[in-house]
Amino acid sequence: MGNPMKIRAANKDGVTEVKALISHDMETGQRKDSNGAVIPAHFIIELVAKHNDKVVLSSEFGTAISKNPYLAFKFNGGAKGDKISLSWKDNKGDTRTDEATIS
Amino acid sequence: MNNQRRNVLKAGSGAALMGMLAAAGIITPGMALAEWNKAAFDAKSMADTLKALGAEGPADSKDVQVTGPDIAENGAVVPVGVGTTLPNVTMVAILIEKNPNALAAAFTLPAGTQPNVQTRVKMGQTSNVYALVKSDGKFFMATKEIKVTLGGCGG
Amino acid sequence: MRNRTAQFVMAAGMIALNVTTWSPSALADAATDEIAKYREMLADGNPSELVAAQGEELWKVKRGTKNATLEQCDLGLGPGVIKGAAAQLPRYFKDTGRVQDLETRLMTCMETLQGIDTKELNKTKWGKGEMEKMEALVAYIVTESNGHKINVDMRPAQMKKMYELGKMAFFYRGGAMDFSCATCHGQPDKRIRLQDLPDLREHKGAAAGWGSWPAYRVSNGQFWTMQHRLNDCYRQQRFPEPIYGSDVTIALSVYLAANGNGGPVLTPGLKR
Repeated sequence: MGNPMKIRAANKDGVTEVKALISHDMETGQRKDSNGAVIPAHFIIELVAKHNDKVVLSSEFGTAISKNPYLAFKFNGGAKGDKISLSWKDNKGDTRTDEATIS
Repeated sequence: MNNQRRNVLKAGSGAALMGMLAAAGIITPGMALAEWNKAAFDAKSMADTLKALGAEGPADSKDVQVTGPDIAENGAVVPVGVGTTLPNVTMVAILIEKNPNALAAAFTLPAGTQPNVQTRVKMGQTSNVYALVKSDGKFFMATKEIKVTLGGCGG
Repeated sequence: MRNRTAQFVMAAGMIALNVTTWSPSALADAATDEIAKYREMLADGNPSELVAAQGEELWKVKRGTKNATLEQCDLGLGPGVIKGAAAQLPRYFKDTGRVQDLETRLMTCMETLQGIDTKELNKTKWGKGEMEKMEALVAYIVTESNGHKINVDMRPAQMKKMYELGKMAFFYRGGAMDFSCATCHGQPDKRIRLQDLPDLREHKGAAAGWGSWPAYRVSNGQFWTMQHRLNDCYRQQRFPEPIYGSDVTIALSVYLAANGNGGPVLTPGLKR
């Protein structure tokens, strides 16, 4: 579901920095369309980042996260070529997982 | 479904039950860690949000930083980060006092993940932005005012 | 009477402001600096990357009645060459006998290589259907010119003619408010609210403006192509909006690109 994320992960001096852009509308449920009808809320609620199979960040989002969310964080460890994966789930139950390798 | 899962988790008979649920495909192991805290995200005021997070009366701390611009050109996209030098941080959260719901995001950090997370948030108007940090089991907080020249809710 | 009182209070306020070091313009400059910081914080991780990724996929997808990809599309540097191509557009193309910008050139490729009827684009809203695909392709291609220099070839007579037409369009006043492009972009140091408006008649302003569009707009989370940008300028002037890919928008693009020639290409930009 949804469009691919852009994930960048780079290791420097034993610390891996992950930067991600996620394609999602993040509708607040507080906006109205041109006919005055409320646009239903549609937003990512959970986002889990893993290094190989180990969880390195687990996030909960509300509607205040911007459209096409951006996330950056660092964890100790990781090596070039290791796998980083991000998985999200939204309030409608849609999910998506994308992967990148550490450079 | 979500409620049901929460109740099961609340019942809290521990790892065995979680394992069963995971095996049955009801929850995936990765998702089990981030259990969306509906009460906290539905709360409106700062006080109610902190209560829902189990973080009532956090201490102000100079060791917690909110990063962000002094002025945001557009409230729809405001770069905000939380950082701290405090030890054993297991959770960080971003709260925006004057938004319809104060809680923007909460992050659970396993050991080895640095207590420094950057994201982008929507702000309906100029507001104090709070960083909440759980260190050694205690809650600490810091704040920064971010001025918004154009609200983020109209689109 | 009430008005007079209000004026007096305002005047007193202005004097008070001037007595301190914070003149209104100094306040505005401080705000502009802060906004520059805000933009800098957003520069890493421009959401247009997501749009460009879709465009990169789309470039290689077989579509249209000819079931072909765009991989052989000639954007001016030879079939399939994307790197730096957008920095040299608009350009005079011998095969079509026209000056084309990126979008009209892509329309040519869609028609000739893929057999897609691009007339549909005129009936499509920004961000929808075929138009959304066009935006993705544009995002991809202009990303591949980031860091290059604006380098439009003004030697062909057709380009010179388009430049003159663009200049005429730039200063042409009309619409319900009797506006021209120059009303907002024809003098130095002009500002609306906290937005600096580049003087597009001059090299510096034109390079800043032309060099940072197409762009992702944070206010609505949309990626805007140059045609979209120019059409919206016309909408704001209360002109009828030009049809998609019309010569007047290409002419304006030639005027802007030529004025900005040599300046840096920073596309896709990130805008309010």
